[in-house]
Amino acid sequence: MSKRVKVYSTSTCPYCAMVKTFLKEKNIPFEDVNVGNDPEAAKEMIEKSGQMGVPVIDIDGKIILGFNKEAISRELGI
Amino acid sequence: MYDLIIIGAGPAGITASVYAARKRMNFLVITRDIGGQAALSYDIQNYVGYQFITGPDLAQKFREHLEQFNVETKEGESVTSISKDGDIVKVKTDKGEYSAKTVIIASGRIPRKLGVEGEEEFKNRGITYCATCDGPLFADKEVAVIGGGNSALDAVLQLIKIAKKIYLINIGPQLQADPIMVEKAKNSEKVVVYNNTKVEKISGDTFVKGIKISREGKEEDLAVEGIFIEIGSTPSSDFIKNIEKNESGEIFVNCLCETSIPGIFAAGDVTNVYAKQIIVACGEGAKAALASFEYISKTK
Repeated sequence: MSKRVKVYSTSTCPYCAMVKTFLKEKNIPFEDVNVGNDPEAAKEMIEKSGQMGVPVIDIDGKIILGFNKEAISRELGI
Repeated sequence: MYDLIIIGAGPAGITASVYAARKRMNFLVITRDIGGQAALSYDIQNYVGYQFITGPDLAQKFREHLEQFNVETKEGESVTSISKDGDIVKVKTDKGEYSAKTVIIASGRIPRKLGVEGEEEFKNRGITYCATCDGPLFADKEVAVIGGGNSALDAVLQLIKIAKKIYLINIGPQLQADPIMVEKAKNSEKVVVYNNTKVEKISGDTFVKGIKISREGKEEDLAVEGIFIEIGSTPSSDFIKNIEKNESGEIFVNCLCETSIPGIFAAGDVTNVYAKQIIVACGEGAKAALASFEYISKTK
């Protein structure tokens, strides 16, 4: 069963774009959450990650900060 | 042992890699990320061939170009020291040690820090060095932008559309940014400019709650939830000692991208080269790779 992946991002953030490009390249489906226009989602991201920087990647509850390719790959087993 | 190790994969490092690959050199790229500072630019309108391209898109193009060749790349790895042992250059990283006949330092620049109390503690907890990335998280909040140059004003202009109130804290007597940006900022009712003002301390609990500033000999507290530090950048050259640098830490290079140490070359924004521009960094990367190739041919 594939893992549930959520990417908290803003529309202008370069590292967010890199995360999404990376996931697309690896054919990993993900939910794209724009915290820039959704204050509730922003609150959720801040609570989950304890910080305010984007991107935040939630892989089945495991939180990864920033475009940490190694950590994302490890968590997804790719 | 490698012919060449390239440190960094921004415009200079990637171009050096493309040239090294075409010269069939045996080389390794060690880098924290692909694209470097170029990836963080919101729009690029002076890279010839593209009338307009965003930073992430250009970084992606760079990556695709690099992937045309089978380049050995250590991504997400940071160099901690470089030293010369006879004719061999040793490169230590947070994950290993490598040796090569030549090295190209193309590590670029990183945002400059304020160096005040609370800065480390509240990083990503209200303090950010990337307004483009994190700006939208501060919708309807009071924020402070620190700086007075183009990058600070760029942050202010982005935040006008998002935040409730913006204090622009500038240490100098006047803003150094382009007048067109300064006018736009001053025309907004949301923006308060404090010149001749120093940041003393950043405070909060889990997240930033305020900033202490001093101006006209008095200290003052501003209640802000976001702090955007935009005071320029500093060359990423701390990992190499005993090499000639200028006062700001830029590595001295000659027109062949040679440094003061034979076999060690440097290219792009980490050097004292004139004009910190993507297109210039690319050209410097090409020169450094060709110079490295020639150095190896001569010392064989």
